Amino acid sequence: MKLIRVLGVLPWLTFCALSAQAAGWDIDTLMRSLAKQEGGRARFVETKTIALLDKPVVSSGELNYQPPARLEKRTLKPRQELMVLDGDQLRLERGKQVLTIRLSDQPEALAFVDSLRGTLAGDKAALEKNYKLRLSGTEERWTLDLLPDDQRIAAYVVRITFGGARNHVEWIRYLQADGDSAVMTIEALDGK
Amino acid sequence: MTRAGRTAVLIWLLGLVACALVVWRGQFTADMSAFLPQRPSATQEVLVEQLREGSLSRLLLMGIEGADAPTRARLSKALATRLAASGQFAGVQNGDAAAFARDRELMFDNRYLLSPAVDAERFSAAGLRQAIGDSIDLLASPAGLMTKSLLPRDPTGELLQLLAAFEGRDQPASTAGVWSSRDGRRAILMAQTRAAGSDTDGQGEAVARVRAEFAAVAADTPDARLLVSGAPVFSLEARATIKSEVERLAVVSAIGIVVVLLLAYRSITALALGLLPVLSGALAGVAAVMLGFGSVHGITIGFGTTLIGEAVDYSIYYFVQSRQGSDADWRARFWPTIRLGVLTSLCGFASLLFSGFPGLAQLGLYSISGLIVAAAVTRFVLPQLRPARFAIRDTSALGRAVAPAARGLGQLRWLMLAVAVAASAVVFVKRDQLWNERLSDLSPMPPAVLALDASLRADLGNTEQGYLVVLGAPSREEALVAAERVAAGLQGLVDAGAIGGFDTPTRFLPSTATQQARRAALPERAELAARLKGALADLPLRAEKLQGFLDDVATAKSQPLLTAESLKGSTLGLAVDTMLQQRGARWTVLLPVRSSAGGIDAAALRAALANEPGALFLDLGEESVRLYADYLGEAIWLSLAGFAAIALLLLATLRSLRRTLRVLAPLVLAVLLVMAALTLLGERLTLLHLVGLLLTVAVGSNYALFFDEGKTANDSHTLASLLVANSTTVIGFGALATASVPVLHAIGVTVGPGAVLALVLSAMLATPQEDA
Repeated sequence: MKLIRVLGVLPWLTFCALSAQAAGWDIDTLMRSLAKQEGGRARFVETKTIALLDKPVVSSGELNYQPPARLEKRTLKPRQELMVLDGDQLRLERGKQVLTIRLSDQPEALAFVDSLRGTLAGDKAALEKNYKLRLSGTEERWTLDLLPDDQRIAAYVVRITFGGARNHVEWIRYLQADGDSAVMTIEALDGK
Repeated sequence: MTRAGRTAVLIWLLGLVACALVVWRGQFTADMSAFLPQRPSATQEVLVEQLREGSLSRLLLMGIEGADAPTRARLSKALATRLAASGQFAGVQNGDAAAFARDRELMFDNRYLLSPAVDAERFSAAGLRQAIGDSIDLLASPAGLMTKSLLPRDPTGELLQLLAAFEGRDQPASTAGVWSSRDGRRAILMAQTRAAGSDTDGQGEAVARVRAEFAAVAADTPDARLLVSGAPVFSLEARATIKSEVERLAVVSAIGIVVVLLLAYRSITALALGLLPVLSGALAGVAAVMLGFGSVHGITIGFGTTLIGEAVDYSIYYFVQSRQGSDADWRARFWPTIRLGVLTSLCGFASLLFSGFPGLAQLGLYSISGLIVAAAVTRFVLPQLRPARFAIRDTSALGRAVAPAARGLGQLRWLMLAVAVAASAVVFVKRDQLWNERLSDLSPMPPAVLALDASLRADLGNTEQGYLVVLGAPSREEALVAAERVAAGLQGLVDAGAIGGFDTPTRFLPSTATQQARRAALPERAELAARLKGALADLPLRAEKLQGFLDDVATAKSQPLLTAESLKGSTLGLAVDTMLQQRGARWTVLLPVRSSAGGIDAAALRAALANEPGALFLDLGEESVRLYADYLGEAIWLSLAGFAAIALLLLATLRSLRRTLRVLAPLVLAVLLVMAALTLLGERLTLLHLVGLLLTVAVGSNYALFFDEGKTANDSHTLASLLVANSTTVIGFGALATASVPVLHAIGVTVGPGAVLALVLSAMLATPQEDA
């Protein structure tokens, strides 16, 4: 079903806080320090700015990341919803409706999910398959831009930006092709 | 030739011509529906209808293997396009995004007629506030990316309601934009033939078209392979198998019998004359079935080869036994015995006539008419055609050679008791595993074909197809209205967890009444604009952004209602066609029901249908098992009745309980032994084994009757005739035992050994010791 294809491409796959420490500093060292992250729980607040609406839509809930492949996003407001990304499978539960998507069926969705998973897991090779990477800032306050190579991904999202300090990802911003954007801020609950 | 003789020959010749005409103009079939019931119950009728005509009987599954994924996808799309254009298919699906986009557009354009959520309340200010608020909330969800672009025209989210109907179904995996197996190494397509399941020729053309179109599109990719399966392929395979088997069996048994007869007679004239009754009988049998049933099943013809084995016995008896004296002697001395043998055989076969399985009734009619004609030709025509002073080689040497053995068998009579006890014990101990309860085991499909089918089905996520709710109505509209009532009840069961889900044609084609009600629930443009203002008061969405919504609702209020025609060519139309079918003046609705994690609560389902007259809940798996069990049970009773008729006939003719028992004992014992042996060999007995057992009694009764005469063991001519007759029978049925068509194999493997046992046991029991 193509609803799924579109769904699969969703930016709002998320994740969680990280920690560890870093040494001399460039993309490789950032990736290495991200890779050491052990996962855990975090609170998120996501703000979507949509031209159609007079004010942003805000949702919040909890994230739970178990490296390298499982990520759970439990939205509590405004409506309960659970999204689980586990290996090749993406599951979305909303009320009585359950959607399951096999990511390998949907190459665009897979590339998208990999942007998130690749960053969380510090897998530079995986990220470079679909994106150009650009790092700026300092170890204490860095931002990493992911610019999609593939037109099919670019049709949905033109830039994904991760911001953080050391090996913590603190926020993610998705800039969509139509100018709408989403920003998710992440606050570790028990991350190490 | 006497005057009466000339009349007999003339009648015979005219009869042959008449039969040949009937056969020449007749129809031969090979679908398995002959082995489905003729007088079914209401639920069985649906089952049989589905097997003969239903969408399952038209479903072709195709897989493309080899080459790489983009090539397979390209071939899949090209093949689907060509098949759809061929006109031989009601629908072709391969998961192509373009096809889905068309369906989605159709659903979007008709969303206010299709969405079950549309009613007056939803379009009140409060209802709009609720629905639009939900849609805005959804923007926060990952799904929001898709719904965002729809929001200005569909702020109440009707399209999502409709798509949810698709989501509940298991969808195949997708690779490179088309359906594929889970591992992505096989592209999958599915098509519905226009030809019904009972139209094997039409389905054959459709399958040939699939192969030809694939050959054309894959001409430059030699490493790509096409796999085809599904019910149409099954019926073609079945027909091809039955045809080749029948031809092979006919040739093998004919050669075997000719060799035996030549060895026995050493005369071409005798051989030719000896085969006349057989051929006449076979021709008459086929003609009788054509007249009685309208067509002849391939299996009946295959079975006919066995009749050669029995019918040829008559001429053997005649030639061998009449050697010693005149025809008049033979008529006086042997004919009454043969006549009684024919009559007992007829009693046995007559019971098959009452079977609810048209296939078995055909076998019965074929055998009865074939045997009567063969016996009559032997008795009335053969003596006329026999050249003067014609005699076959003296076969009494053969008889003399085995006479001591035959007498010796008499000494072993005590053994019979031991064997009888042992066989009875085996049958008793294994009584629960004696009968095979699966109808599918009668299917002539090789396991490889079934395995391919199972694998393609699993790729499609189409593993469960077992439950149906069935409704009937005199018109399409009434059928749809009834389906809507039932669907409402079923939805309650889904919510309660009694069932996992269901499909209904009304999801894609609501009844006219429902569509009108939905259309009437839509407010006029000005009214909607006013309500919208109120609804949006505290929402972050301004009414100006929803002009598309006002336009679309206004269009929906004036646009024509959806009809079956407007859905043609779409997946929705195909889904409706599968679930809503016209048969003559009746419309039938089939609502497939899926089980929930805990299975299916059949009692709750039946209770929910209690208020809907004529609605049936069908568990296809259970129903087909029950159907088969019914027919097996019926066949057992019919066989017992046939056996009882044989016993009564013998008692009435022989006028001696002792002699009757002496004739029947070896037959019963042969049946017991065959049952015990087959069971020990691990073969589960089917309906056709049962027919075989009945045949054993019918054929064996001839032997038993001759031995009952008391002099046989010492009469080398009679003994020789029995030996030759027995070997032709064994050749006929032995050939059947090698058949891969289960129906034929079952009969062969039962009657072949059964006939030998009947002869040996008759010899054992019937040799009167006082004569020795």
